[in-house]
Amino acid sequence: MSSNDTLQAHSDSHPPSPDSKGGGPYILLFFFIGVALSLVVGWGVFPKLLYSQKNQPFDFNHKNHLEMVDNGCQSCHFFRADGSFSGSPRLAQCVECHEEMQGQSEDEAIFVEEYVSKGQEVPWLVYARQPDCVFFSHSAHVNGAKMDCITCHGHIGTSESLKTYEFNRITGYSRDIWGRSISGLKSNSWDRMKMDDCAECHAKYDAVHDSSVQTKRDACFVCHK
Amino acid sequence: MKLSRRCFLSLSIGGTVGTALTPLPWKLTDDMSIWSQNWPWTPVPPDGAYTYINSTCTLCPGHCGIRVRKVDDRAVKIEGQEGTPLNQGGGLCPLGLSGLQLLYGPRRIQGPLKRDGERGKGQWKPISWQQAIDEVSRKLADIRSQGKPQSLACLTDSDTGTVPQLFKRFLNAYGSPNFFRMPSVEDAYESVLSLTQGVDGFAGLDLYNADFILSFGSALLDGYGAPPRVMQAISRLKEQNGTLVQVEHRLSNTAAKANVWLAAKPGTEADLALSMAYVIIAQQKYDTDFIGTHTEGFEAFVRMVQERFDPQKVAAYCGVEADVIVRTALAFATAQKPLAVYGKGKGQTAGSLREALAVHALNALVGNINRVGGVQAIPAYDYLQWPAVMTDETAAAGLQTQRLDRARSPEFPHAQAIVHRLFETVNASPGEVQALFVAEANPCYSLPGSANVQEAFDKIPYVVSFSSYMDETAMQADLILPNHVYLERYEDVPVRSGTTRPMIGLCQPVVAPQLNTRHVGDSVILIAKALKGAVAESFPWADYESCLQEALGDQWDAISDQGFWAAAESAPASLDNGFGTPSGKFTLMDETIGAVYQVGEPSAAGDASEYPLLLMPYDSIRLTSRYVGGTPFMLKTVADTVLKGQDGFVDLNPETAAHIGLGEGQAVRLSTPVGEARVRVHLDDGVMPGIVSIPRGLGHTAQGPFLAGKGVNVNRLIAPVEDPASGLDAALGIRAKLTKA
Repeated sequence: MSSNDTLQAHSDSHPPSPDSKGGGPYILLFFFIGVALSLVVGWGVFPKLLYSQKNQPFDFNHKNHLEMVDNGCQSCHFFRADGSFSGSPRLAQCVECHEEMQGQSEDEAIFVEEYVSKGQEVPWLVYARQPDCVFFSHSAHVNGAKMDCITCHGHIGTSESLKTYEFNRITGYSRDIWGRSISGLKSNSWDRMKMDDCAECHAKYDAVHDSSVQTKRDACFVCHK
Repeated sequence: MKLSRRCFLSLSIGGTVGTALTPLPWKLTDDMSIWSQNWPWTPVPPDGAYTYINSTCTLCPGHCGIRVRKVDDRAVKIEGQEGTPLNQGGGLCPLGLSGLQLLYGPRRIQGPLKRDGERGKGQWKPISWQQAIDEVSRKLADIRSQGKPQSLACLTDSDTGTVPQLFKRFLNAYGSPNFFRMPSVEDAYESVLSLTQGVDGFAGLDLYNADFILSFGSALLDGYGAPPRVMQAISRLKEQNGTLVQVEHRLSNTAAKANVWLAAKPGTEADLALSMAYVIIAQQKYDTDFIGTHTEGFEAFVRMVQERFDPQKVAAYCGVEADVIVRTALAFATAQKPLAVYGKGKGQTAGSLREALAVHALNALVGNINRVGGVQAIPAYDYLQWPAVMTDETAAAGLQTQRLDRARSPEFPHAQAIVHRLFETVNASPGEVQALFVAEANPCYSLPGSANVQEAFDKIPYVVSFSSYMDETAMQADLILPNHVYLERYEDVPVRSGTTRPMIGLCQPVVAPQLNTRHVGDSVILIAKALKGAVAESFPWADYESCLQEALGDQWDAISDQGFWAAAESAPASLDNGFGTPSGKFTLMDETIGAVYQVGEPSAAGDASEYPLLLMPYDSIRLTSRYVGGTPFMLKTVADTVLKGQDGFVDLNPETAAHIGLGEGQAVRLSTPVGEARVRVHLDDGVMPGIVSIPRGLGHTAQGPFLAGKGVNVNRLIAPVEDPASGLDAALGIRAKLTKA
């Protein structure tokens, strides 16, 4: 290096980097550290931070109940006379059998003591609650399109306990809407229930779903009234 | 190893690359967008239990069945009630659909108000209901004690149903014959039915079953009759390959959808109808059976049309070619179920009696009187069986005096009320009206010559308005006793428009009264009771609701559940005993009718040399000029060639515009013999040359910020043109001129 070069370098406002020569491998290393850290954050830490967990008031065994009723899921999750869907059972329905303790489980005790005897509705946390902007009719899907519950809700009917309810801290919606997988990928039809997932099925049956003249598929207002 | 700046840069680039390979940015973007939709200040209507209430819309004479959706205690949507006998499809017009803006909108009057300052300045003092009733009754007792009960006049929207009848009853008990209803096409039809058929009732036009409709300027697709029903009838006519002929000086929506559009010059429509009668008679295409058996005066009628209404002669001045007149007349006469319809625009004016008679004569010639698909005379509703009014001496003396408009006198025997004559009388001799009640009407805005009406108001010492809204007439009042709006009250509304089947709609409360208002029926009963004596005794009811229940009697339960009562479907009145004339026949021509045909059409006011153009108002379903005024929603549906910002437009033929040197959008001064206004010009080939076409329903000076100051009120520019035959406003246009502003 000539003295002229040195002078020029020093006159630059940025001091020369000490490892300007031969720093290559480290730079690459830091690059990969950056990649690795962000992958860990993005795939591991982020979902943990994004979702908050809440426990249901007490546990519930769907499998057990399903074995005892005659009319499958609709025994408790039924359609009202006007065709609207009842959703989670109200206390009055449960009381038909649970007026007295049924069995010795701790959850049964909580249910009877905290809710049945006080006449208080159970504040169930609903995994599949869609946003307010979505108009969803169970009747159109179950009675009209003859779909079964599993297509959207999975095998919850044979589950022995309730999973922990998780909700998005930013949006407040249940985690089941986006799906368990933070990547948004799914392997079963019930894994997530965002708009694209509804649209996938509506598009597949476009012969019957053609309310939009332009797209020959369902128009926005079918769900967004 | 030393940590350098480049290491950090590299780390962050790596971080960025890595982050892009995780769902984090995509998921966060999605979540943020959802989060932004859920901001707490974004209005979200509260959820609640849904209920539906069946009621009847009272915003126009159509009285369509409505179904109001409620969430808890809030009304959130008005829909047409499907499956009612007269509204199978459940359609509704823009005004009916946006009625919630009249319920929850800002222009309602909050409670009783007393004028506090000069008239019309809008300075008010809120008072209690007790004070308000005391004040009116004191004033009325005062007038009565001076022996001038006839100087109380009352103006309401209609004269059928318990509310208008309570007012009429009040006036009778008080001692005044001066009960008025707002003008409408009903006035003309009543006169026609009385003259030709001897029937006291209304005309049921069976538009739904006709296969050839010949409309003389009726806005069938722009709000005539009951808009949903009439539109359904026209759709059906189209589906069944029927024919619609529109006689109108302007290419309106109805004319545009018609099979044939006949642009007759305004004022020549009656002659056009009579020249069609000439053709039908000359070609022997009339219904010989009906004419021979059930009519009288046919020969005289034939002589009259043969003498004066040869199509060749009429074509020379009416603007429709002779062969078109012949073709149309023959097509009309040879159709299975032809129907000629009278009533200009939406039917908010009486119009020319001569034209109404001529149109009705066409129906008689083809024999479709009291037939399916024709005109059926429906007897007036008679369900109000109230005990006779108690009249004391003062009342008896007052009732002996002549009506201020001389309606039902030998001079105008067939008119029920001639509203413009009321205000002309006041202007000529101010003492005649000491007090005026106005309910469900806005004469200072809606009547042609509204400037004169306003002037008359200045001369009436005491004006009481029962309006729910601060409209132009309420602004001129001394006292306002605000009525509930139609979604808060009970009222029976007998249907007269666009039906052949008698039906009483029930308007019932959808929500509890939102403000300190009171049912107008209750106000009348309270005022009567406060007057004591015979007036009070004439009102034996505790309140309006018990009066209504008693009036509807056994029907009450059914009607309040369904929202309406409809007469059973029945065949039209028989031809053999369906006519109440002395001969029991349909009168095509007698002395009275002959005199009406003899008199020419009244010509529009103004000197043609000074005012070379003719200003003609038109009706649109997007606007309303009735009592309630429009809604903000309706104004948003008006094209910007009708209203742009605050500027109202007139339509002008390009030829006429070129003659004056005007271009599209240009601002001009529109002057008539009675007023002037600044407007802008819209060029339209569909307007007849020489005519300035202007919409009704704009140019409010009151009714709150959404309506006030937008466009021009045509009623300020025109004046009533009295039909010499009936005394009613023939509602032709007025001469006008345009000058560059």
